[in-house]
Amino acid sequence: MSMFSGLTQRLTNVFDKLNQRGILREADVEAALRDIRIALLEADVSLPVVKHLIDEVRRQSVGEKVVKSTTPGQTVVKIVHDQILSMLGTAAPLNLQAEPPIPFLMVGLQGSGKTTTTAKIANKLQHRYGKKVLMASLDTQRPAAQQQLAILGQQIKVDTLPIIAGQKPIDITRRALQTAKLSGYDVVMLDTAGRLHVDEELMREVVAIHDLAKPVETLLVVDAMTGQDSVRIAQSFQQALALTGIVLSRMDGDARGGAALSMRHVTSCPIKLLGVGEKIADVEEFYPDRIASRILGMGDIVSLVEKATQTIEKDEAEALANKMQKGQFDLNDLAKQLEQVGKMGGINSIVKMLPGMGKLQEKLAEHQIDERKILHQRAIISAMTKLERRNPDIIKASRKQRIAKGSGTSVQEVNRLLKQFQDMQRMMKFLGKSGSKGLMRQGLARLLNKGF
Amino acid sequence: MTKDTEKQIGKRPGWFRRLGMGLSRTSRRLVDGISSVFTGRKPLNVTTLQEIEDALIAADLGPQLAARLVAELERYKFNKDVDSIEVRSFLANQITKILEPLAQPLPELKSGINCWLVVGVNGSGKTTTIGKLAAQLRGDKKKVFIAAGDTFRAAAIEQLAIWGERAQVPVIKPAGSNADAAGFAFEALTKAKAQERDILLIDTAGRLHNKADLMAELQKIVRVLKKVEPQAPHQTLLVLDATIGQNAMNQVETFQQIIPLTGLIVTKLDGSAKGGVVVALAEKFHLPIYAVGVGEAIEDLQPFSAQDFASALMGLDEAADT
Repeated sequence: MSMFSGLTQRLTNVFDKLNQRGILREADVEAALRDIRIALLEADVSLPVVKHLIDEVRRQSVGEKVVKSTTPGQTVVKIVHDQILSMLGTAAPLNLQAEPPIPFLMVGLQGSGKTTTTAKIANKLQHRYGKKVLMASLDTQRPAAQQQLAILGQQIKVDTLPIIAGQKPIDITRRALQTAKLSGYDVVMLDTAGRLHVDEELMREVVAIHDLAKPVETLLVVDAMTGQDSVRIAQSFQQALALTGIVLSRMDGDARGGAALSMRHVTSCPIKLLGVGEKIADVEEFYPDRIASRILGMGDIVSLVEKATQTIEKDEAEALANKMQKGQFDLNDLAKQLEQVGKMGGINSIVKMLPGMGKLQEKLAEHQIDERKILHQRAIISAMTKLERRNPDIIKASRKQRIAKGSGTSVQEVNRLLKQFQDMQRMMKFLGKSGSKGLMRQGLARLLNKGF
Repeated sequence: MTKDTEKQIGKRPGWFRRLGMGLSRTSRRLVDGISSVFTGRKPLNVTTLQEIEDALIAADLGPQLAARLVAELERYKFNKDVDSIEVRSFLANQITKILEPLAQPLPELKSGINCWLVVGVNGSGKTTTIGKLAAQLRGDKKKVFIAAGDTFRAAAIEQLAIWGERAQVPVIKPAGSNADAAGFAFEALTKAKAQERDILLIDTAGRLHNKADLMAELQKIVRVLKKVEPQAPHQTLLVLDATIGQNAMNQVETFQQIIPLTGLIVTKLDGSAKGGVVVALAEKFHLPIYAVGVGEAIEDLQPFSAQDFASALMGLDEAADT
C-alpha cells in the first residue's frame, strides 16, 4: 500500500461521514476541497496549478449540483476528474509532416531519461512507422553518453552517427544534419546532454543547437517523479526553445505524476509520450483520462487491458477481457494471468490500474498479495484438476489438502489463493456490469456507492 | 552564472556558494512568497499562515510537514507582530533541528575491507556519485576499488571506467554484458579483499522501487556479499535526486524495507529544486545525509550542513549578505 492513499478513498471517507448526517452544506464542500488540495499536492501537482484547479472546482461545486446531489462524493470527484482532464488537453501525435530529414531535438535535466527515450522513439518510428532514422548523441558532458546511444542503436538496429572524439555539440549537430540529408534519412534524432534549466551557459548552447537544427519536434523529457519544480523546469525550457511536446519518463514507477498536469498547464505543450519501462518497447501514447485517474489515485482499467494486449497473445487477451466482462473468469484464467504477471510488471501494478484501487489495494494487502508468492500460486493452481479450476466452489477440505500436498504448499496458502480469486471475480463481475465505455466513471461511482 | 558573479567570486565558485546560488533560486521564491506576505511588521493571522504554508509546499516540503511547521509557528507567534526575517528564522531553526542530527560526514572506514553499496532509482546519479566518492576517498589516501555493477544500462560500465580514470582508482568490470549482478558483486568483493583494498564501492543498476524483481535482485546482492564478508555491505547508500517530489518518500520507504539503508546522498542540489522533501524524509526515516551533489565536476560532492541548508532554503544567507 502506497503511503499516499488515493483521493477517491479519501473523499469516500469524507462523504461517507457526511452522508450519515444527511445534509450537505457549502462548508462540507470546502472541507472536501481541502482534502482535494492536499491530495493534489501529494501527487506533486505544482501549487499554482493546484490553486487554479481548486478555484475551478469550487466554482462548479458550490452550485446546486453538488448540494442537491444524493451522491456528493461522486459528483465532486467527477468535477475534479473532468477539470484535470480538460487541463491535460488531448493526445497529440509526433509531427512527421515535414520534409525529410525531420529533426527531433531531445532536451531535459540530467538523468531524466533522454537517451533511453531517444532510442524508444527511434525504434518506434523506424520499426512501426517504417521511417529511416538516424540518432546522434550531442552529449559530450557525461562520460560514455555517446557510447550509450551507439550501443542502444546497435540493439534496436537504428543507425547512429559515428562518434568523433572531441567534437563539440554544435559541430556534431551540423554533421548529423548533413549526414541525414545526404544519406536519405527520414528523421534525425538529436539527443542532447542533460542540463539544468538554470545553467545559463548550457542553456545558451542548446539554444544554438536549436537555431541550427530547426527541429520539427523539440521534446522535453521529464521524470514523472518530478516535484514542485516541474513548472520552473518546463517554463525555462519552453522560453528558451519553444518546446513542441513533453515526454514523461518513468511512468512505470508509483509516482502519481502530478508534474504532467503542472507542465501541461503552464506551457500549453502537449504531452506526447510516456516512458513505461526499461525495455525499448516500453513507450506509450498519452491518454489524458489515464493520467487524470492516476493523479487522483483512481486506477486505470483501460491501461490494464491495453498493456495485457501487448504481452499476451492477442486473442487470448480478448478472450480474457470478455470473460472479465461477463464475470466468467475462472482459475484457468487466473493461472494464465499469473504467467503473464511478470511481463506486466507484477500483480501490484495490475491492481493499481484498476478503478477503485485505493480500498482494493488495502484489501489485497490484507491478503498479502506478494509477487514472490506468485510462483506458489501457480503451483497451487497446477495441482488442481481441470474440474476444480473451472468450479473452485467444489474445493473443500480434502481437496484442499491434496492440492496443498501436490503443490508443496499449505492449506492456508490454498485458502488464501481461493479467497483472492473470489475477490477478483467479484470485482470483475462488477466492472463488467458497468460496461466498458463508461467504465471509469460509472465504475467509480458504483465503487463509491458500495464502498467496495 | 553571470560573468559578474564569476568575477566577484573568482574563477570557480566554492561548493557552498554554488549550493547557495542554486538554493537561493528556490529560496528566492520561498522568500518572495513569505516576504510578499509581510510589509513590515504585522500580526500573524490565518491568511498569513496559509501563505507561509503554501511557500513551504512550493519548496517540496510536502503538505503534511508544511502544515506542522506552520502550526509550530502559530503556537509561538499567533496574533503577535512579526516580520519576514523573524518568520524565516523561526522556520529555518525548526528545519535545522530536524536535520542537524542527520547531517553527518561520510562514515569512517573500519580496518580491513569496507564495502559500500550504492543504490537508487534510474537517473538519480549513482554512477557520478561513485566517481566523486572514489576521488574523495583516494584523496584521503585510501586504497579504493570500484565495481561497475550496473550490468543493465548501456555504457554504464564505460561511464564508470572513465570516472575511475579521473579518480585514479581501478575499476572492476563484469565479464559480459547482462552479467548476473549478484555474482559480479561477489567476485568484486572477493577480489577487493584479496588485494587488501580499504574500500570497495559497488555501483548498481537504477531500479524503480516498485519493481519487485529488481528489488529482489538487490536483496540477492546483499546476500552474496555477506558470504564473502559477514558485515558487508558496511554502508548501503541511497542516491536521491533533489528534483524528485513526494515520491521520494515512497522510494526511501521501499528501499528501506528491502535492504536496510544506512544513509542518503542527495544529488542535483545545484538546480532550482531544493529538495525540501529531504526535510520530510529526515523527519520520517532518520537516515543520515552523508553528502550532497552540487555539480558535474569530480569535486562536486560535499558534506551536508543542516544549518546552511535550512538558511539557504529560507533565504537567510542572502539576508545576511545584504
